[in-house]
Amino acid sequence: MKCQSSAWLAVVMSVLLFAGCTTTGPKEDTSGASVEDRGSPAATTGAREGGAWTGNPLDNPNSLLFTKTIYFDFDQSTIRSEFVDVLRAHAAYLNGNRSVTVLIEGHADERGSREYNIGLGERRANAVKRFLEAEGVDSTQINTISYGEERPVAMGHDEVSWAENRRAVLVY
Amino acid sequence: MKRLFILFLLVGSMLPAHATLTIEITQGLEGALPIAVVPFAWRGDASKPPAHEVGSVVSADLQRSGRFKPLPVNEMLSRPSRGDDVDFRDWRALNVENLVIGEVSPNGPGGYLVKFFLYDVFRGEQITGYSMPTTARDLRATAHHIADIVYETLTGQPGAFATRIAYVTSVRTGQDKERIELRIADADGYNPQTIVSSDEPIMSPAWSPDGRKLAYVSFENAQPSVWVQEVFTGNRQKLTSFKGINGAPAWSPDGRYLALTLSKDGNPDIFVMDVARRSLRPLTRHWAIDTEPAWAPDGKSLVFTSDRGGQPQIYRVPVSGGPATRVSFEGEYNARASFSPNGRMLTMVTRVGGQYRIATLDLQTRDFRVMSTGRLDESPSFAPNGAMLIYASQINGRGVLAAVSTDGRVQQRLRLQQGDVREPVWSPYHHQERNR
Repeated sequence: MKCQSSAWLAVVMSVLLFAGCTTTGPKEDTSGASVEDRGSPAATTGAREGGAWTGNPLDNPNSLLFTKTIYFDFDQSTIRSEFVDVLRAHAAYLNGNRSVTVLIEGHADERGSREYNIGLGERRANAVKRFLEAEGVDSTQINTISYGEERPVAMGHDEVSWAENRRAVLVY
Repeated sequence: MKRLFILFLLVGSMLPAHATLTIEITQGLEGALPIAVVPFAWRGDASKPPAHEVGSVVSADLQRSGRFKPLPVNEMLSRPSRGDDVDFRDWRALNVENLVIGEVSPNGPGGYLVKFFLYDVFRGEQITGYSMPTTARDLRATAHHIADIVYETLTGQPGAFATRIAYVTSVRTGQDKERIELRIADADGYNPQTIVSSDEPIMSPAWSPDGRKLAYVSFENAQPSVWVQEVFTGNRQKLTSFKGINGAPAWSPDGRYLALTLSKDGNPDIFVMDVARRSLRPLTRHWAIDTEPAWAPDGKSLVFTSDRGGQPQIYRVPVSGGPATRVSFEGEYNARASFSPNGRMLTMVTRVGGQYRIATLDLQTRDFRVMSTGRLDESPSFAPNGAMLIYASQINGRGVLAAVSTDGRVQQRLRLQQGDVREPVWSPYHHQERNR
């Protein structure tokens, strides 16, 4: 039952470190709607003024296509109205580029059981898939995978983090 | 903060690669039986004692069960290792009811012979005694076996010390990167061994009834698949890798079938696979999420989680299929149920006032009890003797394992030095047979 002092020190250290991380980690607004989880912050200050975006439209920060993560309410898989325009833009892009495929990842927050959350994540991915299909996207252009609660983007254990983790991500 | 980090790295580097689980009892049992386990004498070369002291392993096991209160070694008035040396007055004076003594002798190359005796102090009689040949490698297993014998002799219930637990660990290795491992350790947290390691999620480990195989879900190559791996050889086979979910594997009690969740037909349903033939049979067909199957010990029915009623609840279905009946009614969220070894109880995750906790449901009396006190508790399962429940919990935002006695009176916590630990499952008894 004894524990070596070095091991205990490590426990204490890691707890301290973790505490430090959670307090200094970036915190977004609760709506989460405008949060892009993968883009670098520099991109949003880049080519903004004047005109034509010459790169990949998916990377244009002024395009609705730039948003690739949409968020869900607790235990829900209904597409929120605020994301309808974003998904329509993605549908239009996919309709105009029939050779492009997209992988939709469904995710859940950490609450509840893990395998049930896999089911919930799949339901969210499928909700996005069905929306795109209803907009004319060919089903062969869409793949889905559910990660349940296994791949959180926000590491906290509170409502703010949970809201960021209940999401579907379009991966091109 | 920077200095702290450097110090952490230094300290961390001194730890073994696979950090052990540290077990602490957070709530003990009043009226635990006073017992004394004298350090076992070593009869061999004094300069080459065994790597583990058998008596201290036995003592720690008994203490961890919460049902025994071992006398600290420094309070012992004598330290006998043979029957002739026992003076019962030394132990009566300390109100010790039972006494365990023993010795370890060399027994061929790499071998030991362990002898132990259990006494009733007040009657002044030997209750039992064994002579057990073992090896350096299996010495701790032998000590756990002794603890099992003492536990069963004195409580009438089989012990579960000579068993193991499987669990999943996750350590962050960088931005958006983590190392996920499936590990196995002795029930006291020692001898942790990594059997699968991946950058992608690993989930839902399940022991085969003979304790020789583990089924689990791995997301390697961005495709969830159900694998079955032989624990001792590391050989593994991919069982299912259908489009969609491949999850929640659960062995039938005879080890011939695996129930699992597949969404290949559009939404998650439970299927039963004949493992040898690889043939699949659907068990549920419903638009809802049906998942987390668990077999009744008699193999005649399964329980599973379904949100067909709007919220996740536990349902039961005969192994032959047919209509499912709802089992859980208390609360708005119940999931991931599994049976006690005698089939009388279920344990499950339940939501109480917004907190996720571990509950038990007595299937005869319908008595529903919340057994844990955490906020995000999950993945409960029974020890093979039914005396304890092990589950995953969180302390200060870190994943830890916790255990509670089935009567709720003893609580303990199993901590990993680094990272998160989750999804514990207790092994069946059988795998230790090779050590007997």
